[in-house]
Amino acid sequence: MGLLDVFRASRKKAGSASLAKERLQILVAHDRAFRNRPSYLPKLQQEILAVIRKYVEVDMDAVSVNYEQDETQEILELNIVLPDSGGRG
Amino acid sequence: MARIIVITSGKGGVGKTTTAAAMAMGLAQRGHRTAVIDFDVGLRNLDLIMGCERRVVYDFVNVINGEANLNQALIRDKRCDSLYVLPASQTRDKEALTQEGVGKVLEELGKGYDYIVCDSPAGIEHGATMAMYFADDAVVVTNPEVSSVRDSDRMLGILASKSRRAETGEEPIKEHLLLTRYSPQRVERGEMLSVQDVQEILSLNLIGVIPESPAVLNASNAGIPVVLDIESSAGKAYNDMVSRYLGEDLPMRFVEAERKGIFSRFFGG
Ligand SMILES: Nc1ncnc2c1ncn2[C@@H]1O[C@H](COP(=O)(O)OP(=O)(O)OP(=O)(O)O)[C@@H](O)[C@H]1O
Ligand SMILES: [Mg+2]
Repeated sequence: MGLLDVFRASRKKAGSASLAKERLQILVAHDRAFRNRPSYLPKLQQEILAVIRKYVEVDMDAVSVNYEQDETQEILELNIVLPDSGGRG
Repeated sequence: MARIIVITSGKGGVGKTTTAAAMAMGLAQRGHRTAVIDFDVGLRNLDLIMGCERRVVYDFVNVINGEANLNQALIRDKRCDSLYVLPASQTRDKEALTQEGVGKVLEELGKGYDYIVCDSPAGIEHGATMAMYFADDAVVVTNPEVSSVRDSDRMLGILASKSRRAETGEEPIKEHLLLTRYSPQRVERGEMLSVQDVQEILSLNLIGVIPESPAVLNASNAGIPVVLDIESSAGKAYNDMVSRYLGEDLPMRFVEAERKGIFSRFFGG
């Protein structure tokens, strides 16, 4: 490796392309997961919210549904935020 | 039955029309009967890039509406006997491209041609979905730049779900990545995503790398598909791409920065 190549190599690390790649990898993985999630999710979320609201006074955004997938398994994650106190009828 | 190739991209201005013109001319030059169709209703650029804008009488929408037949609307290329251009309409509204109408035209065209190249508008609006719906192959034109790469990935999702092949459960559209406006010097300086970077992110079959080249603008100024400028790097790269599409196994050219002489390195930058 000549002196000029050493300069080149050190400059390469400083470039913004590696940052672009890193950001894209995360973004594209996220986009793909979003695309691949089952189409019933929004409806499922609505119906769960409706059931919860029969019993507990929660906000309209109290239920969140998260879907993840890797090679071996699919994970459906439900998160329900209950009111602090006194909300129970 | 002709093979239908859509030239598509998520982001605009990445080189689709340049590619459609080059690929159609390249296929035709190799003796395949080829038609190239402009799906960019309202903008209509392909005829300019092909250099046949003054010979447009009828267009794609006229044919769909039954105001002209295919033979009246198709323009034969003056440089190559086996190449025909079907121009887009400039004025009509975009909804004029109905799925039924487009399907009929492609079916009729398909009987007399080996390849039909569809120049799509960018993104996922109506004209773009019509251009990709009937495709057998897709060339996803991408620049080595964040928004273009991200949008290309989105197009892959749409190609996989909203096409005739997806709906009928046939073998999916064959997707190819074409990287355009590539600058090896900037990649070497770490300023631009490399071929490998983009391939790692999208994991697609790479059909070609077209370098950033002044020959592209020169060619469009003159109305000559750049693939005919065989002295230029872009022309050579497009020729390689066509050969690869037809099954040849060629190494990628113009992906390494040229080694400059010691003088230009010190004085020319
Ligand atoms: N390899 C290249 N080197 C230099 N300039 C290029 C290259 N490829 C395309 N261009 C230029 O980029 C511009 C856009 O190209 P083109 O019209 O082919 O893109 P497009 O994807 O069809 O755009 P649109 O989305 O608007 O239809 C043109 O000015 C063209 O000359
Ligand atoms: Mg275009």
